[in-house]
Amino acid sequence: MGFSEKPADYVESRRRPKSYGDIFFHWLTVFLLVFFAVVMITPFIWLLSSSLKTQINIFQYPPQLIPDPIVPENYVYALTYKPFGTYFRNTILVAGLNVIAVVFTSSFCAYGFARMRFPGRDFWFGIVMATLFLPYAVLLVPSFIVFSRLGWVDTFLPLVVPPFFGGGAFNIFLMRQFFRTIPEEIADAARIDGCSEFGVYWRIILPLSKPALITIGIFTFLFAWNDLIGPITYLRSPDNFTIAVGLASFRSQTDIHWDLQLAASTAVTLPVIALFFLAQRYFIQGVVMTGLKG
Amino acid sequence: MTAHSANQGVAEGFWLTRQYNRLTLRQRRTLMGYVFIAPFILGFLLWWLGPAAVAGYLTFHKWNFLAAPKFVGMANFSKMIGDPILAQSLKVTIVFSVISVPLGLVFAFFLANLINAKFRFIAIFRTIYFLPSIVPAVANAILWAWLFNTEFGLINFVIRAFGGPKIGWLQDPNWVMLAFVILTVWGVGGSMIIFLAGLQGIPQIFYEAAEIDGAGRWQRMLYVTLPMMSPIIFFNLVIGFINSFQVFVSALLITNGGPQRATLFLVLHIWRTAFSSQKMGYAAVLSWLLFAILLVLSFFVFRYIGSRVYYENPGD
Repeated sequence: MGFSEKPADYVESRRRPKSYGDIFFHWLTVFLLVFFAVVMITPFIWLLSSSLKTQINIFQYPPQLIPDPIVPENYVYALTYKPFGTYFRNTILVAGLNVIAVVFTSSFCAYGFARMRFPGRDFWFGIVMATLFLPYAVLLVPSFIVFSRLGWVDTFLPLVVPPFFGGGAFNIFLMRQFFRTIPEEIADAARIDGCSEFGVYWRIILPLSKPALITIGIFTFLFAWNDLIGPITYLRSPDNFTIAVGLASFRSQTDIHWDLQLAASTAVTLPVIALFFLAQRYFIQGVVMTGLKG
Repeated sequence: MTAHSANQGVAEGFWLTRQYNRLTLRQRRTLMGYVFIAPFILGFLLWWLGPAAVAGYLTFHKWNFLAAPKFVGMANFSKMIGDPILAQSLKVTIVFSVISVPLGLVFAFFLANLINAKFRFIAIFRTIYFLPSIVPAVANAILWAWLFNTEFGLINFVIRAFGGPKIGWLQDPNWVMLAFVILTVWGVGGSMIIFLAGLQGIPQIFYEAAEIDGAGRWQRMLYVTLPMMSPIIFFNLVIGFINSFQVFVSALLITNGGPQRATLFLVLHIWRTAFSSQKMGYAAVLSWLLFAILLVLSFFVFRYIGSRVYYENPGD
């Protein structure tokens, strides 16, 4: 299911002729659709427009919608004021390791939960579900103590090592739901041909699960790109900052430089929106799969 | 490695293979099952139970992270009861949750119904409605801080253009909560898409049957859509409640807990207690408190609302 679905208006026209009520309702829907679209999109336009204003124009009342003059240099100032290149590299490193960890270990665990039968399985799956409903914030302080004892503070380790242990309840759950839709006969055929259980997972199930793997990969990447609370808790030296922490510290240091803050914010948002347009299908699939298959 | 120990390694390998071959099919399957879920079990012990045990230990100690933890008995708990800042923080979090969750749920449901309409350009509207929910949290916080700016923000500009007053959104403790609710409701795209998928999953035949029976638009919504959607409404409600207890980034970056602690959300309060005031023991107690609240809340939600949900295929 995706946004690009063909409109099925011919189904509508097959029905009884339209009454005045239908026509009224149709135009009410159109009006509301457009109205809320304007409400939803205006903050983005405001963000973009403000990020291109001069420091003087940004503090002007009434505000200009189209900046005059347009100052694209804001982006250059904002992104060089702080070493955003380093932040970007750090974020890609953390996010990349997270994606690798989640794609492989969550599918590995999910295989056990979805396609094998053994005593204790449902108990452990119950624990997976329990951790799903327990937010990260609850464990923030105690985990910090554990990681500081391990000497991991101000390294990427607290951010990249835990995902290698199961990849998070949410992803295990999602992969399990997907694996359960693959017919067992395919796996049985491989087993008869002498394939081991690992072989079935690696050669049969994983290749068939590419859409689901891409979906959790994208969500993991986005989470790592956007996450502030983890990096701000563990990373201390500016050389280790991720983009989220860099942007947050940029804000606290450039208090009234709204033009630069908004330019940096736009620059950080654009890759996410680009990713969304490239992989719309997987976004929607991910959101829908988490919600519907309970 | 000497030849001797290498030989031993090979022998051990053989020994393992022999042992494995000796197992019954059932035992082998169990073993393989645990091999597959082992990463999760290990992770659970290391990153969940371990920290939870640490938190349990710290609840009875005073620890500033530098000196050794000092045993203080129940002092952290009694401190919690008479702590006015904690009371304020709980009040803020609960008020926000009670307002924003139902409002967000209704708005997401409403938008999902709008974008479920059949128009030629509906895909564009779906994209526009979803986009706010993918903006990175930090960028989102900066954007909304600027939108709510008292003098130059767009929101006050629109209000004043219609003859309204200049509102101190982020300076006035009475308005700041509404500001947070607005920015939360703006980002309901995720639950909206879940609702949309649910709406599209309702068989058309139910609507046709209802129409033949003379049901109007409103009755179809009330007697077909809502019951069919109840599991999804419930899901979004639970997720919404859990998320509403985790507000952190916007509270830290937009208002830093102010004005007058009006946005001192619980997670921000815990974070500051631990990392600004270095009161690790007290922060551990507060973490347990957050856990307890979520546990009790989930229990009531599942007990009293979950039991009213209609499942078409129970146990599936």
